[in-house]
Amino acid sequence: MLPEALLIARKDLKIEMRSKVALGQVAPLALLILVIFAFALDANSMLLKLGAGGLFWISALYGGTMLVQRSFDLESEDGNFDALRMSNIDPSAIFLGKTLALFVQIGILELVIGPAILILYETQVSDWLLLLLAAVAGTLAFAVCGVLWGVMASGLRVRTTLLPLLLVPVLSPVLLAGSRAFETALGVRAGDGWTWTGLMFVIASLHTAVGLGAFGFLLEEG
Amino acid sequence: MTSAKGRSVKMTATPFTRALGFLALAAVAVMALLGLVVSPPDVVQGEAVRMLYLHVPAIWIAYGSFAVTSVSSLLFLRRGKRREDKGRHYDRLGGAAAEVGVLFTGVTLITGMLWGKVTWGTYWQWDARLTTTVLLFVTYLGYLALRRLPADPVVRGRRAAIMALISFINVPIVHYSVDWWRTLHQKASLSVGRRPEITGEMYWTLLYSAVAVTFVAVWLVTHRYRVIRLEEIRDEEMLTALISQRVSQDLPPVSDGDFDE
Repeated sequence: MLPEALLIARKDLKIEMRSKVALGQVAPLALLILVIFAFALDANSMLLKLGAGGLFWISALYGGTMLVQRSFDLESEDGNFDALRMSNIDPSAIFLGKTLALFVQIGILELVIGPAILILYETQVSDWLLLLLAAVAGTLAFAVCGVLWGVMASGLRVRTTLLPLLLVPVLSPVLLAGSRAFETALGVRAGDGWTWTGLMFVIASLHTAVGLGAFGFLLEEG
Repeated sequence: MTSAKGRSVKMTATPFTRALGFLALAAVAVMALLGLVVSPPDVVQGEAVRMLYLHVPAIWIAYGSFAVTSVSSLLFLRRGKRREDKGRHYDRLGGAAAEVGVLFTGVTLITGMLWGKVTWGTYWQWDARLTTTVLLFVTYLGYLALRRLPADPVVRGRRAAIMALISFINVPIVHYSVDWWRTLHQKASLSVGRRPEITGEMYWTLLYSAVAVTFVAVWLVTHRYRVIRLEEIRDEEMLTALISQRVSQDLPPVSDGDFDE
């Protein structure tokens, strides 16, 4: 299953490398959102510093949702899902492969937003390990949920509006946990950032289990 | 209207559902009497406690409805393939129960906000119970949106069923949020294995209200199930009529271009 998953991931990443949508379009938009937050908060450096963790995840949520949308639009166009089904690849491998590709793409997006938060909002990292693991856990949960709900909305005419409606409530706990963990890692809130990081890993594991079991059903006749 | 099997279907009511409807109406009238007149005001909450006779049963019914949706979704996924009708009745039951669940979650939120204004002095608090309940509400709104999409009914039903199963994870999170996190919301009034927080007339009024609201919910689910079936029959008949019309007009076959958006 793993070689097939890597094959799917490589396919998605190769398309992304050629089109450069994540870096060329989504990342600049996510940066723009960070700037707009500063306008909304009247460039109050204290407020921006306090809210930096949450603003990071909101910006990642917005950009990441677009990446999920694109990941499934690529498959829906020209009936690529039918081709994947006929290729006899295990649906679980497709699920894992798309999750891995999305994890890398959202990760790249976060590598752009992260330094921007540190520079624009004048924040300082007090716990690098927590910050890194929280980012990995949040991105993993985002990617897994994104693939699971992305396939749910794929191939439907109203997918563009439906996907955020389905995805955002599911990702809200990730948003909350990610924000709290980042606030601790950035030294603006005393608290147990590790518990919140653990919660994100639990959410990711739960959705991975559901995804591995249900992806075949969702692909079938999709 | 005539069903696919030739049976005439004209309305959603039967003698049983009419009787159930009258029973539900009478039960709600008695509930209002018990809740507003017979039961005493609370020592701490005063008259605001009366709101709980609707607020608490409403969320119980919502949990129950979402549980029905999950079980019928599971049956739809497991047994649907083997049945001639693809298990559509499970899908219908899941949809009808989810609609009622969303309705009662809405009732819970509204009554809770009114109670909060009187007791806490504010309609809304960013408290774990309130926030998770809103997320539950929005998640199932998404489920209902997915069910309304124009797509093949079986494919749509399958996606909705999986979504229902995942969404149900939220229910225990909402219920136990008051135990897992520090919240402003009070602990559960009644809970298995724990002494009830209320006693006497208030306790019995709350239990009776749960029964009365259950009658209303069952009545609503039954009607919604039948309305969904009628909608399906209407769609099938419209499709059959359009095909007949096309055949009788002897029009050329449809090309791929006809479906371009």
